[in-house]
Amino acid sequence: KDVATTDVGVILRGGVKDGSLEDLEEILLGADFGVPTTLALVDKIGGYAQKGFIRTEAEFQDALRRLVEAELREGNSDPALRMAAQGPTVILVIGVNGAGKTTFIGKLAAHFRKQGKRVLVGAADTFRAGAIDQLRLWAERTGADFVASKPGTDPAAVAFDAIDAGVTRGADVVIVDTAGRLHTSGGLMDEMKKVHRVIGKRMEGAPHETLLVLDGTIGQNAVQQAKQFSEAVPITGLVVTKLDSTAKGGVVVAVHEALDLPVKFIGVGEAADDLEAFDPAAFARELTED
Amino acid sequence: MFDELTEKLESTFARLRGKGTLTEADIKEGLREVRRVLLEADVNFQLTREFLERVEGAAVGVAQLRGVNPAQQLVKIVYDELTKMLGERREGLKLSTIPPSVVMMVGLQGSGKTTTAGKLARKLKAEGRQVRLVAADVYRPAAIDQLETVGQQIGVPVYANRTTNDVVRIAREGIEEAKRGRDRLVIVDTAGRLQIDADMMAELKRLKEAVRPDEILFVADGMTGQEAVRIAQGFDEALGVTGVVLTKMDGDARGGAALSIYGVTKKPIKFIGVGEKLDALEDFHPDRMAGRILQQGDVLTLVEKA
Ligand SMILES: Nc1nc2c(ncn2[C@@H]2O[C@H](COP(=O)(O)OP(=O)(O)OP(=O)(O)O)[C@@H](O)[C@H]2O)c(=O)[nH]1
Ligand SMILES: Nc1nc2c(ncn2[C@@H]2O[C@H](COP(=O)(O)OP(=O)(O)OP(=O)(O)O)[C@@H](O)[C@H]2O)c(=O)[nH]1
Ligand SMILES: [Mg+2]
Ligand SMILES: [Mg+2]
Repeated sequence: KDVATTDVGVILRGGVKDGSLEDLEEILLGADFGVPTTLALVDKIGGYAQKGFIRTEAEFQDALRRLVEAELREGNSDPALRMAAQGPTVILVIGVNGAGKTTFIGKLAAHFRKQGKRVLVGAADTFRAGAIDQLRLWAERTGADFVASKPGTDPAAVAFDAIDAGVTRGADVVIVDTAGRLHTSGGLMDEMKKVHRVIGKRMEGAPHETLLVLDGTIGQNAVQQAKQFSEAVPITGLVVTKLDSTAKGGVVVAVHEALDLPVKFIGVGEAADDLEAFDPAAFARELTED
Repeated sequence: MFDELTEKLESTFARLRGKGTLTEADIKEGLREVRRVLLEADVNFQLTREFLERVEGAAVGVAQLRGVNPAQQLVKIVYDELTKMLGERREGLKLSTIPPSVVMMVGLQGSGKTTTAGKLARKLKAEGRQVRLVAADVYRPAAIDQLETVGQQIGVPVYANRTTNDVVRIAREGIEEAKRGRDRLVIVDTAGRLQIDADMMAELKRLKEAVRPDEILFVADGMTGQEAVRIAQGFDEALGVTGVVLTKMDGDARGGAALSIYGVTKKPIKFIGVGEKLDALEDFHPDRMAGRILQQGDVLTLVEKA
């Protein structure tokens, strides 16, 4: 028996099989929900069981699915992108190293191109080796316009130029890529703030979306990342990548709770069409499936 | 600031300890706190359970937790056990005596393989070895450009062949080139892949057969969550990895994945990545890692007190 699991004695009276709550706890912990969220959810379900609302294993899992879905629908949870009333919609994409920002931009560009929109991507990651070429290839692949400068250029200047070009060329959407940075690096967080600020100066109301990309395979550090990034710039939504892996990405529930931010997209592969609008029901369902 | 766990345990035990020595039940109560700390550090929950059983045995078995400060004694036991479970000894690269030695980098997408390949090349070059990098990622957009830029930054030649998608051929050619150039070491960068992607894992197996690497380094993001166990197991079972590199440890992730990965593979963690720059590579210290996972900065003084 687990040394520190919730007290299940009480629910046995409801006729529930011993161990059901531990099973739920393990499902949630194993899916990276983290301790506080897991305990809160298990507590709620334990309460239902005690009142006799749930009795079978299937009912337990069903309750879990519904609770998680409700959790994700709570508060700010609209996955739709906010589009500019006129002029290009500007989307700034941020996150830690290797989370999947550039790939997401490629997929998002493909998504808009399919709708017949004119897309421009700006390579404001001027630091990482090969970053500019990587975005250029995505632009070519998706038929998006591409704005870049030399490696080492001030990223804010590239972002400015990208919006400039977007306005003059009549783009519908401008997406700005940024370098990966850990939230603990003060200097790099300042650099990102400057990019955000300069975008706002070039175009009022921009960026219309500032999306934080979270790697779906990482654990509890995502909460810290989201907190620090959102203290630096006003984030409008989350993107969770790599959910084609065996990881479940449960930590986004804690992130959603902590910051009241909607998950807007999930990444499910490396190809241009491996992007899905976030669906809380499907996400919750994945949890209990193997 | 760091010894939250000790403080929590102290208050737990203060509450329980009217009666002198702690009972088995008291220790269990204390271990709940340890469990929380491990889970928050992303140690896999199953490994956490096994770990706590072992610690419980150690703590109860030696009837240690009496006397002045049982909380510190328990933390010490946990810390020692954790250090043990992280591999204890420090291990470097095992390179063959007949050059060129071959090192292969493998891991999930975005974990830090290409950057770490550059870091290792830089380090070994600084140690006086002639090194070559081989670009065997033909999938990620601009992966070859990335490796070539890295090579330029550190003055290490990069073998690439943009006319083929056959990574086995590229690696073979790269090694031939290294032999002609009398290089001592070849580092093969590979594309990121999921351990459940059978085709892509088969490609790595073919690559392994072809180049007979001295080291297969599994590169993992230090922020990885609960799945670290399955990911590491997948790569190890398919390839028999020889070592692990944990990256992005310059952040504030607690790095419980280290325990998960070592726990299931028993393959030594050889290096940690502590930044994007190519000199940001450090040796792995199990004791420091244990302190980090426990958020216990001050175990040395603890050791003296206990
Ligand atoms: N399996 C899988 N791989 C993904 C997904 N999204 C991105 N990747 C891969 O993850 C790796 C890193 O992706 P990038 O888009 O370069 O990540 P990034 O955040 O731009 O990285 P930096 O700019 O270096 O910080 C690449 O190999 C991508 O192909 C996804 O949804 N699923
Ligand atoms: N902060 C930090 N960033 C790192 C570290 N190691 C790698 N990175 C960054 O993580 C991102 C991904 O690194 P890559 O070396 O491209 O990862 P990869 O495993 O080769 O990625 P794929 O080839 O797409 O699978 C880049 O932005 C790197 O600069 C590290 O130790 N610390
Ligand atoms: Mg990028
Ligand atoms: Mg790479």
